[in-house]
This record gives sequence, C-alpha cells and structure tokens, in this order.
Amino acid sequence: MRCFGYPFKQAYPEQDQMESTASPERTPSPTPNLNALLRTGRWRWGDTVFRVVVSGTAASIVLGVILLVITMFEAGLAALIAFGPSFVWSTVWNPVSQVFGVLPAVYGTIATSALALVLAVPVGIGAAIFLAELAPRWLSNPISFLIEMLAAIPSVIIGFWGLFVVVPLVRQVEAPLGRVLGVIPMFSGPAYGIGLLAAGVVLAIMILPILTAVARDVLRAVPTSQREAMLALGATRWETIARAVVPYARSGIVGATILALGRALGETLAVSMVIGNTFQVSPSLFAPATTLASLIATQFREADTALYLSALIAAGFVLFVITMLVNVVARILVWKLTVQSVEV
Amino acid sequence: MELVLGRRRRLADQVMRGLCTAAGFGGAGILLLLLAHVVVNGISALSPQLVTELPTPLGVPGGGLAHAVVGSAIIVGLACLWGIPLGIGAGIYLAEYAGPGVGTVVRFMADVLSGVPSIVLGIFGYTIIVTQMGGFSGLAGAFALGVITLPIIARTTEEVLRLVPGELREASLALGVPRWRTILRIVVPTASTGMITGTMLAVARIAGETAPLIFTTLGNNFWSSDPTRPMAAMTLTIFQYAIWPYEYLHQQAWAASLLLMTVVLLINVIVRLASRSYGPR
Repeated sequence: MRCFGYPFKQAYPEQDQMESTASPERTPSPTPNLNALLRTGRWRWGDTVFRVVVSGTAASIVLGVILLVITMFEAGLAALIAFGPSFVWSTVWNPVSQVFGVLPAVYGTIATSALALVLAVPVGIGAAIFLAELAPRWLSNPISFLIEMLAAIPSVIIGFWGLFVVVPLVRQVEAPLGRVLGVIPMFSGPAYGIGLLAAGVVLAIMILPILTAVARDVLRAVPTSQREAMLALGATRWETIARAVVPYARSGIVGATILALGRALGETLAVSMVIGNTFQVSPSLFAPATTLASLIATQFREADTALYLSALIAAGFVLFVITMLVNVVARILVWKLTVQSVEV
Repeated sequence: MELVLGRRRRLADQVMRGLCTAAGFGGAGILLLLLAHVVVNGISALSPQLVTELPTPLGVPGGGLAHAVVGSAIIVGLACLWGIPLGIGAGIYLAEYAGPGVGTVVRFMADVLSGVPSIVLGIFGYTIIVTQMGGFSGLAGAFALGVITLPIIARTTEEVLRLVPGELREASLALGVPRWRTILRIVVPTASTGMITGTMLAVARIAGETAPLIFTTLGNNFWSSDPTRPMAAMTLTIFQYAIWPYEYLHQQAWAASLLLMTVVLLINVIVRLASRSYGPR
C-alpha cells in the first residue's frame, strides 16, 4: 500500500483502531480510581494538541511557499503589467526613463550557468570517477572531505577570493586567448578579467562539490558485477568505467548536473562580485555582464521609485520561475532515465 | 595479456586514469588554495580589537567589526529560534503522522523551498516583513534566514526519525504511553544525534548567507543590538568592504572571512565526526 519508497511509513499501523476497541476493556485494575481515568483523558487531549501543533508546522511550509509565490507576484505585478511580455524580451533597463526589460540579465544568468557547467562537469565527473573507482580508501576519504568542505564556504568569501585571485588569473588567460582566437566573437574584446568568464569560473568552483559528491555516490552504488563482467571480458579499467559503470549511473549523473545548474542559476554574491554588473548582451565571454540575481542585489538600494522596485522584484520572480522549471525538468528527467535504466 | 592489449587501448587507459586523478586532486586543491589565501591574508589583521571595536570613520584606518559580529549572532540566533522548532515539528509530522498524499505534498513543497535561490527568499522577507513593519530590521533578516533552515531541518529530521525502529514505538505504546509522549520521549531522543547534525548544518549554512540580508537587515555601520532596526552582519560587511577601495578595509574583510570560515568549517567538521560515530556501521 505504501509504495513511495519509504520502508515503514506507517509507524503505528492499527493504533487508532486499537485505541477505540480496547479502551472499554482497559479497566482490569482492582481499584479503578478516578484519577487514572482522568489521566488517560488528559493524555488523549495531549495527543490531539500535539498532532495539531505538528501538523501546523508542516502546513507552515506549504503556506510559506504559497505566500512566497503570491506576494512576489503581487509586488512585481506593477512592472509586469506596465511592460507586459517586453519585460522579458527588452534589453533596455533604464531607471532614469523608468523603462525596464531584463533580457540581458536572463542572458547573463543562463550564459554564466552554462559556462559553469561546461567547466565543472568534466572535472566533477572525473573527480567522482577517481574517488569511486580509482583511489584507495585512505586517499579517497580525505579528498572527498576536502571537496565537500568547499561547499560549506560562504559564497561571499568565494566571491571575495574570486575578485582578488580568480579575476587577475582570468585576465592573464584572456589576453593570449584573445590574441590567438580573437576572430571568434566569443573570445574577442579587451581582457578586463571581470566579466562572464570570471563569473563562470567562480560558479564552476561553487558547484563542483555537489556535482562530485552526488556523482561519486551514484558511481559507488553501481553493482560490482557490472565491473567484474567487463573486466572478465578483457577490458581495461578505463573501458570498464566508460562503458559499464558510467552508463549504468547516467541517470544519477544527469540529476547531479541539473541540481548543480539550479544552484548556479540562483547564486548571487560570488557572481555579482566578479561579473562587472554591466547591463548588456555581448557575444564575448570577456565582456562584463549581469545576472538576474546580481542585478537585484546591486540595484536594490538604488530603487527609488515604486516601479523600479517592482521591476526588481519581478526580475526575482523571473529567476524563481526559471529555477523552478529547471528543478521540475530535473525531476522528470531523472525519473525517466531511472525507468529506462531499469528496463535495460 | 600484455601482448593482447593494444598499445592504443593501454595508452587511453593510462591517460584517462591520469586525468581523473588530476581532477580529484585539483578539486581538493582549490579548497586548499582558497583556505591558504584567506588564512594568509586574514591572520595579519586578526586582533582582539577586530571583535571589540566599532568601525572608524571611512578612510581612517583602525577600528573593528564588533557591530557585525553581534549583528550576525543576533540575526542567526533569532532565525534559529523560529526556524528550528518549526522545522523539527514539520519533520516529526512527515515521519510520524503524514499519510502518503499529504506527505508527498509537504515533501514536494519543502523541496521547492530548498531549491528557491536565497536572494528570492530575501525578496520574500522584504515583501512580507519589511513592507509590513515599515522598515528594514534584523527581524526581517531572521525571518528570511529561518525560511532557509526550514526545509533542511524538516527533511533531515524526517530521515533520521524514519531510522528509529518501529519496535521502539510499539513497545512504548504497549506500555500505555500516549503517542505524543512516545514521540517526544522515545523516538526523538533516539534520533537526536541525527537531528542535531541536520540542525547544525542548517545553522552553518545561514551563518554564511548574504543575499537574503541585503533586502531585510540592510546592514549599517554603527552599533545596533535592536533587532527591530537595521543591523550589521559579518557577511554584509565583507561584501561591502571588498568593494570599497581601502586597503585596511580589505584586510578587515579578510580577517572577518577567516573568522566566519573558521566557525562554518568547524561546525561542518564536528558534524562530520559526530555522524561518523553515529552513522551506518
């Protein structure tokens, strides 16, 4: 009956029934005193209260989400009504003339996150393969620990470090890269250091731990028989990993990637410190840009009119919708792939 | 075997294994680099006056971050005050009471909430508390941070409560102990280590949050221990100081980063050690 993957969801199988049927006969003591009866009465009362309180706390989560959506939509409505669909398609963000469109920020959000995935996924999966398949336990445990601790570092500190370490480094890489590949628009333009590329690198560092940790766990869960069968056929270790282990674990790896994408999309501080916060759509990775989150964070204090504020909150709403879509897609994808891999 | 294995296959094997090994060490190396940088830069500015003195006027070297340390402590404390009980209550509900339908809805909502970017939760705090109260305040920040802890604590509590064997509950119920006392006296204490673990991770997480505070507590440069007014916080101060062009402020920001990082990493390490002795054998 309980088929949601939880082993013993019903901790008290027939307790309610037991109580109702057993209570009339529950007076075997020689002196049935009033006190004991009163006490049982009060205990029942306690049960009801406790249940109501605990249900209330659970309801607060549901209520919170509903409230979050409603209040944000309400606060952003003024801008959404004033600009309509052009709020999402327009590239003009001009607080002076009170015209707001967030396309460049949407572009920046997607571009930095995609860049972060391109950089982090190969490294993260490589590291996961190393930790799960190649390294001995005494080595894999401390390295896992270090990588996971990276996730615990507050993002403002990573941003601060990124501003002083990653940005100069990126600038040094950009200059020769621009000289060699400058014909391609992606690598053209002056090397500021601050910009899309730096933001992508910082984001990649931030999503690396979750990617590695989840992929490692998924790889470890692959049955040993998969490896043994492949090795018995004369395959090398790498062939075993690439053709028997990773394909078996692909649903989990895809899930890990999309989970990381969700993180990257909403990251604010670290990105806003290294991206330059320039409202433009540029094909160059070297160019300063902005993301939805960093747009909101940096301009919030300057929002002096109701429409300006509403536009920023509406931008937050757009960000919320994008991250929700990504999460839902992740769930569906993981679910589909899991079903497939079971069938295979 | 050596003869059978083609040279190309063996080369591919070695190259790919080498790359994976490099990726593993590289990931760990990034953390070490970051730690080293923060420690080296922070330790020189780390002094008692950092946590006891207030900031000097802008441009005048010296001063400390006492206001931010106190502000962070108050905001995080207030967030825990409402976030932890609510989260644990929701976790108990999910593990002990929820039927499949309602349980799925609550679990889904908790997952949605934990997927919401923290800056959006800051906006939530703004629209719900700041606009209602008519001004920025530490309370609004505590509200936003508490919302972050809710789903984390609820889901970890649920998970550890599920690990408590059903026999324990049955034994207690069979002795005539009512359900609510069974939960509070038998089930929760049995799972307490795991619950504390989840709670501490949530606290470490919100101690490092910045984005939600921008919209709620706003930050200030003065002493403020009144949570109904704008308050300073460590993370907000690091964010501000990092952008200002004063070398002594950068140094203070590094020192503050070092402090904050030490606290957060310490919590994580303790939790890790505790859950190792508690976790699956």
